[in-house]
Amino acid sequence: MMTTETVNVQDEKKSAFLGSISSAFQGAETYATLRKSAWDTLSKFAIPGTKTEAWKYTRVGKVINHSWMKSHGNSQINLPEIAIGGLRYVFVDGLFRADLSDELTYPGLNIRRTGENAENNLLGTLSNHQGDWFEALNAAFFNDGLVIEVDKNAQIDRPVHLVFFTSEENTASFSRNVLSLQESSSLHVFTHYIGSEHSTFSSVVTEAFVGKNAALKIDKIQEGNETAFHHVDWTKQDRDSRFDITTVTLKSSWVRNDLNIRVAGENCHSSLTGAYLPSGKEHVDNHTMVDHMVPNCESDEKYKGIVRENATAVFNGKVFVRPDAQKTNAFQQNANIVLDDTATMFSKPELEIYADDVKCSHGSTTGQFDEEAVFYLRARGIGEVMARKLLVEAFLADVITTLSDERLQTYCTEKIQQLMHS
Amino acid sequence: MLHIKDLHANIDGTEILKGLSLDIKPGEIHAIMGPNGSGKSTLASVLAGNEDYEITGGSVTFGDKDLLDLSTEDRAREGLFLAFQYPVEIPGVSNINFLRTAVNEIRQYKGEEPMSAGDFLKLVKERSALVELDGKLANRSVNEGFSGGEKKRNEVFQMAMLEPKLAILDETDSGLDIDALKIVAQGVNAMRSPERSFVVITHYQRLLDYIVPDFVHVLYKGKIVKSGSKELALELEARGYDWIKEEVSA
Ligand SMILES: Nc1ncnc2c1ncn2[C@@H]1O[C@H](COP(=O)(O)OP(=O)(O)O)[C@@H](O)[C@H]1O
Ligand SMILES: [Mg+2]
Repeated sequence: MMTTETVNVQDEKKSAFLGSISSAFQGAETYATLRKSAWDTLSKFAIPGTKTEAWKYTRVGKVINHSWMKSHGNSQINLPEIAIGGLRYVFVDGLFRADLSDELTYPGLNIRRTGENAENNLLGTLSNHQGDWFEALNAAFFNDGLVIEVDKNAQIDRPVHLVFFTSEENTASFSRNVLSLQESSSLHVFTHYIGSEHSTFSSVVTEAFVGKNAALKIDKIQEGNETAFHHVDWTKQDRDSRFDITTVTLKSSWVRNDLNIRVAGENCHSSLTGAYLPSGKEHVDNHTMVDHMVPNCESDEKYKGIVRENATAVFNGKVFVRPDAQKTNAFQQNANIVLDDTATMFSKPELEIYADDVKCSHGSTTGQFDEEAVFYLRARGIGEVMARKLLVEAFLADVITTLSDERLQTYCTEKIQQLMHS
Repeated sequence: MLHIKDLHANIDGTEILKGLSLDIKPGEIHAIMGPNGSGKSTLASVLAGNEDYEITGGSVTFGDKDLLDLSTEDRAREGLFLAFQYPVEIPGVSNINFLRTAVNEIRQYKGEEPMSAGDFLKLVKERSALVELDGKLANRSVNEGFSGGEKKRNEVFQMAMLEPKLAILDETDSGLDIDALKIVAQGVNAMRSPERSFVVITHYQRLLDYIVPDFVHVLYKGKIVKSGSKELALELEARGYDWIKEEVSA
């Protein structure tokens, strides 16, 4: 898909931005072909703006009108402790920190940094660096990340716990991961994106390949303060596989998530859930795409948000059912509570169905708090604040409970309550 | 226990309660009957503190408190309970969690320690048995997917859990078959005590065979227009409301 349009070269803003980024992030020698193709995209197309359909509701000034630096890679940080017994790998401002991480070895896994054995993996084979300007930006400048391969038949009993911490003022970080599950293997990945109170930009692209009969679960929690998050997940599913992903955006000044799933083998199950609760001037944009390429698959999508104060949230969920994809079962739901007149929700579910024997449904609701329910709870002696708390928890519960570990669920529920009452 | 004096209330600028007075002493059961639209549910909502209604005159005291000064939750914590005519469904909030929160917020208000999980579950078991409410329903979301009868029994179950001083039952019998009605009545009767009072709003005399009232009042056009003993209910059942309407307009 080409969504950006060609403009003349003297786009000063663009050259200023790319100029400063490339002087900060020069010197990456690996993945030359990918980077060249990404550069072509960056130079050929304009920075996405209102006229770019996929970026229509998301202003990119927060990222573009900023002069970003590369981190020195040695900041002292206080890692938040979410102990889930995982294999923890930590990146600070985009760079791997062996001092904060577990060993890159585990039975059934082959884990290495993207720079090692570079030309021998699937990196860049799925992403849209030729069509999407921001994906190209990541492809051109990424300088670290992990390639995680799961052996055939390996059921990995510990979750992989990735932490992407953005810390230093005015730093950008560009990371790139590959998850590759061989036949009949399974893996749970928990990715925690954390931003300090400084202005930072975190761009992470993850390409996942779920082999035959394999199962991948990804739990994503995003919490920044002044961080701008651009996170892209591409997943390709082979036959009889299962892919589940939960994205919880707790806080961040600017978030753009792109989640794209190519269902390329029959008899697959894909589930995508998300929760967001922007407040203040925050902006959260979730773009999802499920591409049903073959018959007999099902996808189940549910995104829920609470938007308040001057915040804006965007949900754009595309489901393609290609002509061959008969007997597809695709379900999509987006439900929102908009608490203030000054808050904005753009919800755009899109179903494009080219097969005739399918079951597809989508729904989008945007409403207010159920005041009758608040009254009912209060009439039983529950204080108003607690009543609203229970209802917020209830509204988001069917998303939060899809997080694969109860400790993550508790973590999010507590954070949500704190955020709703701050 | 409850003194309502010359109460006036509006909704959206329309006066619904037009000078209503009622006195309830501890241990009494009062039945309120009256044609549809006469203001029975309005009275219940106003007493429970529904802010959609504007109080334009009169007073209500509950125990030694000015009821109209209290928030909805504080009225409940002081011991007022309303079994809703139309209980709302609250998806995602479990009946049990919600009740535990309610019980403990009420206890905290009274300066008591939270109830232990064990004691709470024991109480749930005992009180849900009173209305023959399946234990499974207690674990479901509040009223979600409950049948009409289950919703009404759930209201009485909550009443039994919260042990109020005054319970207002708004058409808790409507839409119930005779077996369900007996169960509801049995729950209410089990909770009767010399300190606890009930206001039973109903259309049908039938319920009053099982919950025997001390007084029966007729509410019409926003006022109590007639009060009597339980025989009044039988008379209303036999003669309908037209004679009352005539008496009022005469
Ligand atoms: N929002 C409203 N605006 C105006 N009138 C209302 C509103 N809601 C209810 N009413 C009126 O209030 C009157 C009393 O209703 P209600 O208390 O429910 O009666 P009952 O419970 O005795 O059947 C009815 O005539 C009804 O039409
Ligand atoms: Mg009524």
